[in-house]
Amino acid sequence: MSLLDVRNLQTHFRTRGGVNRAVEGVSFHVDAGETLAIVGESGCGKSVTSMSIMRLLPENAARSAGEILLNGRNLLDLSEAQMRDVRGNEIGMIFQEPMTSLNPVLTVGAQVKETVALHQSIPSADVHDRALRMLELVGIPDAARRMTEYPHQLSGGMRQRIMIALALVCQPKLLIADEPTTALDVTIQAQILELLRDIQREQGTSIILITHDLGVVAEATDRTVVMYAGRKIEEAPTATLLAAPRHPYTQGLLAAVPRLGGDGSGRLAEIPGQVPDMRKPMTGCAFANRCAQATDFCRAHAPALERKAPGHIAACHLAEPEILA
Amino acid sequence: MTPLLSVRGLSKEYEVGRSLFGKTTKTVKAVQDVSFDIAKGETLSLVGESGCGKSTVGRAIAGLHAATVGEVLLDGRSIADTPSAGWHSRVQVVFQDPFSSLNPRMRVRDIIAEPLTNFGSTRAKTEARVKELIDLVRLPRDAGDRFPHEFSGGQRQRIGIARALAPKPELVICDEAVSALDVSVKAQIVNLLADLRAELGLALLFISHDLAIVDHITDRVAVMYLGRIVEIGTRDDLFGAPVHPYTRALLSAVPVVDPGQRRDRIVLQGELPSPLSPPSGCAFRTRCPLAEPGCAGNVPALTDVGPGRQVACPVVTRTTADVN
Repeated sequence: MSLLDVRNLQTHFRTRGGVNRAVEGVSFHVDAGETLAIVGESGCGKSVTSMSIMRLLPENAARSAGEILLNGRNLLDLSEAQMRDVRGNEIGMIFQEPMTSLNPVLTVGAQVKETVALHQSIPSADVHDRALRMLELVGIPDAARRMTEYPHQLSGGMRQRIMIALALVCQPKLLIADEPTTALDVTIQAQILELLRDIQREQGTSIILITHDLGVVAEATDRTVVMYAGRKIEEAPTATLLAAPRHPYTQGLLAAVPRLGGDGSGRLAEIPGQVPDMRKPMTGCAFANRCAQATDFCRAHAPALERKAPGHIAACHLAEPEILA
Repeated sequence: MTPLLSVRGLSKEYEVGRSLFGKTTKTVKAVQDVSFDIAKGETLSLVGESGCGKSTVGRAIAGLHAATVGEVLLDGRSIADTPSAGWHSRVQVVFQDPFSSLNPRMRVRDIIAEPLTNFGSTRAKTEARVKELIDLVRLPRDAGDRFPHEFSGGQRQRIGIARALAPKPELVICDEAVSALDVSVKAQIVNLLADLRAELGLALLFISHDLAIVDHITDRVAVMYLGRIVEIGTRDDLFGAPVHPYTRALLSAVPVVDPGQRRDRIVLQGELPSPLSPPSGCAFRTRCPLAEPGCAGNVPALTDVGPGRQVACPVVTRTTADVN
């Protein structure tokens, strides 16, 4: 059984302009000890998916349907009190902007200790030790002194390490990292990705890494789910996906990534057009209006996810399945 | 031949922290002794991590703030001796955030027309020019009547570019102009900038932390670390054979998309030091894998290591000299 099994997740928002179908029937699973990438551009629903798993969306405006099974238990059926116990204890989360997710008026130590005291029934004398050990684990130099400091006294990279410490201090089995390195410089990004890898190796934590950066996907993940317009459009082992993408959107995205070793001409492959308005009902393939190969059939019939090769599924009428000998 | 833009010994200090009686207690040296040229139609990229001073250099050139020391010259004429309208009509900026750099209460037509009106263009001329610009940046024809919020991030950045191009500048400073955009849209805007550069013969100062984008668009590159240029050279030289240990680490930290193309990664230890109290001597020595005791002494000067190629690291220049 998978650690996390998301089945046909739908998250819709009520807005003034109509119902925004931010996530429209997404299914995926995360196995123990693996890193899954969810990749896509702004508005594709990747962050809403993670917020739905954590049930952090405002319940009066957002409605989630489907199943989110964590060790077989559907998180959507839990009461708010039960859910509070899941957050932090069983699923940890790191957000993109460490400055706005840390409390500016509490010391870093107090915030880590609060998390431990709230979720773990350990003697209060041990809480401090546990917090200190966690900060050392995430590579905070001089951790004992840093515990007495406030978030504004730390650099962006250090703050993100504190966020990781907060997310992992209760040893959750699953860590959701939502664009954890997007706000960081490349040399610091390399440090944080290395840290996540080390922690996973030591503690066997499963990670969902949500990102728009295919470079990060390539460096840090085992399997990748590509999302477009609230739907999963392709899924494969990361190496396979990057080497032989089957969906035209994934192909376009990969071609558009600037790589070192350019020719200085300034030309990059581009995907024309923009993502569709998620408040309007969609017929046919969501990518059809930007797809160079789209046919009338594509515009009329939404493609289903089909197996194109072992472990490789894609939602495209035009991607022929690999013929197996 | 005089280059289009010359920056000579540019330094910029900010005063931070004041005592009770208004006396300045600390200064941040955001930029120190930066010099470079940009020729007509050439693209120079300033790269480095946050806080390295690259945007401060851009702002000084744009005339948005004055340099503490040093000169900025356009065709040999200093910014200090040029009336501001004259300067701004030749040097324009495209900013990073297409959401906060456009006035939400103005129609796109008026946003693009504003620099023209400011520089005294007549109404009829302005109208014609705005139409021309909307076509030039490939916005839909009816864009002029709409407001910024009706556009996506990429479209807004096109509006920002149209506004910058309105007074027919010779130099456009792109300050992280594509950093906030999604991959597929980023490619559209980079292509647009490349086309415009070719069509209009623009010189670009491309300020970015994204080395892969820089590699696609630039002629020359200057790498900055904590307020100083540590390496400068042509794109082929600098990306092909980086010399300064910081440049090498920066290049090796760029994630590689293609499987089987992994490079050896140099993961730098430690953090960027605070510009309030930079390390003595070479500012990079606290994170440098090659640092020697001697690096704490003098600030290393930029030394020539080839045609148009300079590096500020005595350790590597000494060892390469040994090899040759």
